[in-house]
Amino acid sequence: MIYRETGQFRTSYAEDQAIFRLRQDKIGIAVILAIAWIGIPFFADEYLLRAILVPFLILAIAAIGLNLLLGYCGQISLGTGAFMAIGAYAAYNLALRLPALPLLLDFLLAGLIAAAVGVVFGLPSLRIKGLYLAVATLAAQFFADWAFLRLPWFTNYTPSGSVTAPPLDFFGWVADTPREKYFVCLAFACLTALLAKNLVRSRIGRSWMAIRDMDIAAEIIGIRPMTAKLSAFAVSSFVAGGAGVLWAFVHLGSWEPLAFSIDMSFRLLFMVIIGGMGSILGSFLGAAFITVLPIFLNQAPGLVGIQLSTAMVSHLEFMIFGSLIVLFLIWEPHGLARLWQIGKEKMRLWPFPY
Amino acid sequence: MLATVTPSPPPAPIAQRQRAIGEVLLAVENISLRFGGVRALSNVSFDIRKGEIRAIIGPNGAGKSSMLNVINGFYHPQEGRILWKGRARSRMRPHEAAKGGIARTFQNIALFKGMTTLDNIMTGRILKMRASFIEQALYVGRGRSEELRERDFVERIIDFLEIAHIRHTPVGKLPYGLQKRVELARALAMEPELLLLDEPMAGMNLEEKEDMCRFILDVNEEFGTTVALIEHDMSVVMDISDRVVVLDYGKLLADGTPDQVRDDPAVIAAYLGVAHG
Amino acid sequence: MAELGPLLEVVLGGLMSGVLYALVALGFVLIFKASGVFNFAQGAMVLFAALSLVRLAEWLPFPLAFLLTIVIMIAVAWAIERLVLRPLVGQHGLILFMATIGVTFFLDGFGQTIWGSNVYQLDLGIPASPWFLLESLFPGGILVSPIDVFAAAIAGALVLALSIFFHSTKIGRALRAVADDHQAAQSVGIPLNRIWLIVWSTAGIVALVAGMAWGSKLGVQFSLSLIALKALPVLILGGLTSIPGAIVGGLIVGAGEKLAEFYIGPSIGGGIEYWFAYVLALAVLLVRPQGLFGEKIIERV
Repeated sequence: MIYRETGQFRTSYAEDQAIFRLRQDKIGIAVILAIAWIGIPFFADEYLLRAILVPFLILAIAAIGLNLLLGYCGQISLGTGAFMAIGAYAAYNLALRLPALPLLLDFLLAGLIAAAVGVVFGLPSLRIKGLYLAVATLAAQFFADWAFLRLPWFTNYTPSGSVTAPPLDFFGWVADTPREKYFVCLAFACLTALLAKNLVRSRIGRSWMAIRDMDIAAEIIGIRPMTAKLSAFAVSSFVAGGAGVLWAFVHLGSWEPLAFSIDMSFRLLFMVIIGGMGSILGSFLGAAFITVLPIFLNQAPGLVGIQLSTAMVSHLEFMIFGSLIVLFLIWEPHGLARLWQIGKEKMRLWPFPY
Repeated sequence: MLATVTPSPPPAPIAQRQRAIGEVLLAVENISLRFGGVRALSNVSFDIRKGEIRAIIGPNGAGKSSMLNVINGFYHPQEGRILWKGRARSRMRPHEAAKGGIARTFQNIALFKGMTTLDNIMTGRILKMRASFIEQALYVGRGRSEELRERDFVERIIDFLEIAHIRHTPVGKLPYGLQKRVELARALAMEPELLLLDEPMAGMNLEEKEDMCRFILDVNEEFGTTVALIEHDMSVVMDISDRVVVLDYGKLLADGTPDQVRDDPAVIAAYLGVAHG
Repeated sequence: MAELGPLLEVVLGGLMSGVLYALVALGFVLIFKASGVFNFAQGAMVLFAALSLVRLAEWLPFPLAFLLTIVIMIAVAWAIERLVLRPLVGQHGLILFMATIGVTFFLDGFGQTIWGSNVYQLDLGIPASPWFLLESLFPGGILVSPIDVFAAAIAGALVLALSIFFHSTKIGRALRAVADDHQAAQSVGIPLNRIWLIVWSTAGIVALVAGMAWGSKLGVQFSLSLIALKALPVLILGGLTSIPGAIVGGLIVGAGEKLAEFYIGPSIGGGIEYWFAYVLALAVLLVRPQGLFGEKIIERV
């Protein structure tokens, strides 16, 4: 009854093109933002902020990055972790070697460096399709893993290979408590979501989707496949690189190359598939799901009195992720985001079934 | 130019249509196209004049679609040349042909299935948009104003083709006839000088065919768009086209007005020899 | 002559591990040829087969365990065909590929849940101590591992058997027809589902052989699943649809990475093997997208 559009008329195309068209949606997003910015920091304890919400927000950003490439442009990547690593190590080296630069500029430059490398590894996409591209992006993953492990310049010749981020100093404001770090991540997540949404509803986003849906038809309406694909690689890698900086600087603090292994790439792929390909909201839902499920698996059996070994929990996680991927691909390729939308449609028509 | 759209009257007989058929817009000269050892086109020449409706007919496998693919840059003929507005065109990709003013629909609909009707048609305006990356990301300046301007333009095409009710529907969910119409809308959104239609009426029922005929004639008359179309339904071809090219086994069989072509003994032989359709 | 010895040893060692890559790649090619599915789960199938065999062999005589594992792999193939492929028939290749990633994770987790996740020794009765060849020609001779030789022999036999199977049996001809054109094959009455089941089962058996070869070399453990990642560049190199391509690609990658490690490795920190195959495959992709032996992709509009 509450979720109705009756009586709401859009009198201009500007209103019809708004991100949230219905009044209820506008109220809904306002409530969510209020909870995220005011409610959570007020009530959440340190553990929740540090161990769940901060990683969730950063992974959501990375998932948006991958979603722009996979969900919107239809180009698969199994190397998102590599682009996160490139962002993280670029920012580390910029902060280390050019201490005069403000941290925010380091972040931006690190994203641009990741974008440039992304374009290089996206080049094969011009000649090859889907499956082959998976191999090209895996090449990026393995090469990055190796480079940050074996080329000591990147890790400033630290004997262990592990590096530590500088303090999070944003023009004098230092984020060092979990709450402050949460705000940093939240700000970046909101910004990324907004910019990504704007891109996908503009010319560039439409040209990505056109390439995704039918590249031949895209070409006849004047889209240059090269520009469309490489711009998707660039933007996606930029966002992934930025997420990598946050993962390293805000979440981990100190990290090793293993932090961005192929495991991370797969995890992000799962977030996008389960959350919903081609949906910004889905990136958040997927990130939330993949972050919370392992914690749930660790805690839930204990609560009902069953003791599972760590190995068992990890195997269970593998099986659940694997089956969910298959199930979502078969039944709802648009993921949780689509389920949410279907739920809303039902509400709109309720109590009538049609 | 779309501002003057009015509900269109039923199509008038060809003789009464007030149109000026102008100079040669596109000429294909001695085109030969081979795939491996298979000859798809051999030594085909004809022209398309500004403002006319030009039909390309022929039995299945005659090379009609290959001809369209040559014209919009998908295939590159081994021999012959293409003159666009009197100038020989170099080897070009389809997106360059699009920039040059050639739009096209496909025999098996080539829409973007995951996008709505509106977004599909908006893609036709991509070449008209100039907003920078930053403007698009922030949805400010030209990023916003262009979206609204082009939306306005696209809405007129939507009205013109009477598809306003399916604006926000993903095209994958539309019935076949409407998908064909959306594909035409996307091509029109490009404001092409030459519109290539590959069997625009295939698989339609009579009513849908009549609608489509009306749209093609309206487009041609009101916007002066030159149309080249492949069609199997002879009555449609004879009704709406100004001149007809007949292809058979990759060769030019006849070229002339519908009446001339209809009476051509070679055409009659080809059509009697091969199952009609 | 003195430098030639180590070089020959490196090349030979590389070729031997190349054969092992080829074994995994072979499973990919089989499935891709017949069903157009790029089966990421091939590596997981290798792990699953090896785990089943090694754990069953603890209870049963080896030949019986071997036969039972074949039955298990056919059951796995059946389940994948029924539960994953059939509902996704006609979907975009990318969707199918991602579905096989899902299968990979499920099989990895499932295999380790029922069979355990330790390192298990697989003893095929092959002597572990290396052989020294050509001692008369080179000082110290050339060191060759018997397991590698055994694996190479098995791989050779397998390729031979598959070629005969493909070219001389009725099922083989049907398979090739399906590979050429699904719809045409279906229209002449070839039951697609059964063909897929046969292909996936064959791939399962190839996975078992690969699992035995790798397992006896490295021990049966989770890392076997990751071998699939090494087989991907092999595939790209050889071409997705070519069985000889998989073999030659495997040999090139095997020998190439060992040589690169031997010559360039020390100067840039080592561990080149980790990415060499991928960068090689990437280079090949840019020059010749269909791979060395693959069919050229002609796009019709």
